[in-house]
Amino acid sequence: MIMELTPTPSQTIGPFFHLCLHSETNLDSLEGEQIQLVCRILDGDGTPVSDALIEIWQADGAGKYGGFGRQWTNEDGRCEFQTVKAGHVNVQIFARGLLKQLFTRIYFDGEASNRSDPVLALVPDDRRETLMARPNPEDLNIWKFEIRLCADSETVFFDV
Amino acid sequence: MSQDSYRRHAPGDQPPYLYKEYGSTLRRAPSRPLVFLPHTLSETSGPIFRPDAIGETDHDLTRQHSGEPQGERIIVTGQVLDDNGNAVRNALIEIWQTNAAGRYRHAKDNHSAPLDPNFTGAGRTLTDENGNYRFVSIKPGAYPWRNHHNAWRPAHIHFSLFGPAFCTRLITQMYFPGDPLLPFDPVLQSIPDEKGRARLVAKFDLQATEPDWALGYQFNIVLRGREQTPFEK
Repeated sequence: MIMELTPTPSQTIGPFFHLCLHSETNLDSLEGEQIQLVCRILDGDGTPVSDALIEIWQADGAGKYGGFGRQWTNEDGRCEFQTVKAGHVNVQIFARGLLKQLFTRIYFDGEASNRSDPVLALVPDDRRETLMARPNPEDLNIWKFEIRLCADSETVFFDV
Repeated sequence: MSQDSYRRHAPGDQPPYLYKEYGSTLRRAPSRPLVFLPHTLSETSGPIFRPDAIGETDHDLTRQHSGEPQGERIIVTGQVLDDNGNAVRNALIEIWQTNAAGRYRHAKDNHSAPLDPNFTGAGRTLTDENGNYRFVSIKPGAYPWRNHHNAWRPAHIHFSLFGPAFCTRLITQMYFPGDPLLPFDPVLQSIPDEKGRARLVAKFDLQATEPDWALGYQFNIVLRGREQTPFEK
């Protein structure tokens, strides 16, 4: 009989993690179409979340996993990753006021592969667009992804 | 369900997103139901960290400056297991904490307690082949926060862990046994099950104590493990 232990519960990251959890990235070594991925987090009032940690995990342009990055959000709730385009990017969000992390995914608007993606198919039609990064019309290599924590237009978060 | 899936948390194991006694959850907790995500390689793979990412004094928060920090020296040691009881090797553990007076070395901490020039309050290490880790530090202090009238956080050490997969990532806090502030702390009390709350309180450990030098505490950590098939049972 295999023993099942009670898992250690999560607690909030709090507002002072910056003194330990520094930015990390190996995303610039991935092969593929280079992009700048700009994430921005807003709370239920539309106020930028300036004390969040965002971690991303993704495959390279050929679908091979191994790309990790983490960044703090700034006063404008924003952080940026120099990375490559993938089918999707896996995201975890930690912040004061989050007793456990939030999981979401970034898809790239307009990609043909989105139509057959099994995870997007699990998301109600009217909420799918909350998972789409969109290119900056003035520079198509810059993709912007907005995360809304609790609002009518709240981002889809996953039970992982 | 794939045989490679990680076990889902039982109800009550983890805090909810919305917990009104912790005021910051009100504008940040999702209001709509989460979408259930079956595990794929996206969730069951994760970043790997190498020993060369760890500096010689990274695990010893009392040796990161020219002098010794103020406070009661402590050793915090433990084992990282998955919920099947298997040791988790090469897990990156990062910790951060206040100094002995209850102040973080952080620009946004405006508590009036003094800073300690010999204490940063950040450490990191990797678990060994048996999942064991060890930090040396000083006991952090309690500090006030503005969650409610006369609110005080109990002394705690923040722990961040990367297990084997993106979905085993855990950030938590370790508390000290016998702390009278524990029953009043909404962050700890947000965990529904008593057993879960007890997991976050370290045990005083005479074995880990070094005579004439530092008190020892044991803090074991359990990450999610893989689902076991009936055949394996």
